Amino acid sequence: MISYIIRRLIAAVILLLVVTAVTFCIFFLLPRIAGQSADQLAQQYIGKSPSAADIAAVKHNLGLDEPVYIQYWHFIKGIFAGSTYDLGPTTVHCNAPCFGYSFKNHVAVWPELTDRLPITLSLAAGAAVIWLVSGVTVGVISALKPGSFFDRAFMGVALAGVSLPIFFTGQLALLVFTYQIPIFGRTYVPLTENPAQWANTLFPAWCSLALLYSAIYARLTRSGMLETMNEDFIRTARAKGLRERTVVGRHGLRAALTPIVTVFGMDVGLLLGGAVITENVFSLHGIGEYAVQGITDNDLPKVLGVTLLAAFFVVFCNLLVDLLYAAADPRVRLS
Amino acid sequence: MTAPIETTGAQAEVQPEAVLAGTKGQQIEGRSLGRIAWNRFKRDKIAVAGGVVVILLILIAALARPLQHLFGLDPNTFHQDLIDPTSSLPKGGLGGMSGDHPLGVEPKFGRDILARILEGSWVSLVVAFGATVLSNVIGAILGVVAGYYGGRVDSVISRMMDTFLAFPLLLFAISISATLQGGAFGLNGLPLHICVLIFVIGFFNWPYLGRIVRGQTLALREREFVDAARGMGARGPYILFRELMPNLVAPIIVYSTLLIPTNIIFEASLSFLGVGIQPPQASWGGMLNQAVDYFQVDPQYMIVPGLAIFVTVLAFNLLGDGLRDALDPRSR
Repeated sequence: MISYIIRRLIAAVILLLVVTAVTFCIFFLLPRIAGQSADQLAQQYIGKSPSAADIAAVKHNLGLDEPVYIQYWHFIKGIFAGSTYDLGPTTVHCNAPCFGYSFKNHVAVWPELTDRLPITLSLAAGAAVIWLVSGVTVGVISALKPGSFFDRAFMGVALAGVSLPIFFTGQLALLVFTYQIPIFGRTYVPLTENPAQWANTLFPAWCSLALLYSAIYARLTRSGMLETMNEDFIRTARAKGLRERTVVGRHGLRAALTPIVTVFGMDVGLLLGGAVITENVFSLHGIGEYAVQGITDNDLPKVLGVTLLAAFFVVFCNLLVDLLYAAADPRVRLS
Repeated sequence: MTAPIETTGAQAEVQPEAVLAGTKGQQIEGRSLGRIAWNRFKRDKIAVAGGVVVILLILIAALARPLQHLFGLDPNTFHQDLIDPTSSLPKGGLGGMSGDHPLGVEPKFGRDILARILEGSWVSLVVAFGATVLSNVIGAILGVVAGYYGGRVDSVISRMMDTFLAFPLLLFAISISATLQGGAFGLNGLPLHICVLIFVIGFFNWPYLGRIVRGQTLALREREFVDAARGMGARGPYILFRELMPNLVAPIIVYSTLLIPTNIIFEASLSFLGVGIQPPQASWGGMLNQAVDYFQVDPQYMIVPGLAIFVTVLAFNLLGDGLRDALDPRSR
């Protein structure tokens, strides 16, 4: 067991290195390969219409005129040890998890990200609960009577749900439930301040996000359950004279759920790095919205910081799922 | 390896004519696998409907420019006379619908919505098809190589697929589109945006097909015809592309059809966020982005492009589901 955990940890660290390397390539290498000069690239880190001195300062601070491997070293060192930027008269120190420094607004990205994290967490957690419960329930009901009226109706709705882009359903939900029939609040309230208000405001966002995911999970659960219910151990369980509810719940669903847990872990990991579109539509000032703000302001360090954080979350959630798997599923080989 | 089936004398002597004795007078017709799949597909009315809509949509997208001329509409002409200057909304309610502008005009500038929807349709389909082709080429080649050679090659490629699937795709796509916005490879404007979108969406989506192709190849490479080819002296590339690939066409078609709608939504999302197709070029995602400012007072402008995306994506999904059921009956 311990050797298994250690191996998963090593794999996670390697994945982290790969993901940071890819992030680095996207932000510093790809634009250069595509033919942008160091000046053009530096310009993207400082916002619209910067002065020549600003560009030179950014270029110097990010080391854009140095060889690629040195740039990469600075990048990695910045994340784990922090870095110091020389801004003309003053120097700024960007503390240890330095996920970038916005030269435009003169702030480090990391504290801004941690400020916004609760909003993204609230959004992801609420939506995840809704879609997991509704998706799995619908999937199980459909799979127990394949071809029945309910199955066909549910699967039709699920297919429509997969086909609706969230920036359309989100706007529709806002239009109907926040403006036409104002039953939901408009401005985000932290959970610690007023839980009822918190849930009330987030509810339309949760549902829009959950609609897409529960459609996917219903389809996944259905096909998983259809397969499992034909297995020998289900026949054995029935032959033992177990109640049908126990057969479905204890034996069928448990086996069918294992692949869904993997997908769930990855999806939640991705969402923690910012539900970019949902946050944008519902004007929630979470992590994803921060990235969009970075794009509209032409302030690339913000986008870089969000991308890095998202990558960290994905790796972390993958690791968590792997470990939970080992604890929950006896079929996982630990050797 | 499979062992040869042992046949006893009695079974070998059964003549086909004896089996078919009861069917005299009827013409016996051999049915190919493709024919069987086509018959199965034809019975699925919903999938056929999806297919018809898909063909119509492709025609509309291909003829977008001539259709605009036919209706006398232009996607980039401002109609300030149709806009109420104080509220910047279209005059006359219903989003400005009229005989001249069947789907109304957009708020503020008064550009014709139908023309912009038509214009957006070809952009959307070109990006979705281009990205699908790109990820299929990468996915099919790496998948078949991993499945056929196995061993270390397989573990490297499989690990690569796992890593790709762990990436925060949307954020990477946003970042690449944002950093390349200024210009890349000497391209500029619309061609640049289309190429960047195709690259970004196609490059990160290949592992899905890669995994499927790899799995199928693992089963196929143990079959006799591959042994036969190898026995006759065929080398790797020949077996990969002449023997294995033709047998992988069915899953590739199915998953391409299912990847296209995903890519349409992906493109629309990026354009919605402002890193995809840039104004003044019309795109469905871009229209929805502009609609954000007006949807409380002019919901028409949001609903039309939203429905355009929904219908297109649903049609491709229905077609893809039907094709999967027809070509791969086990998946039912």
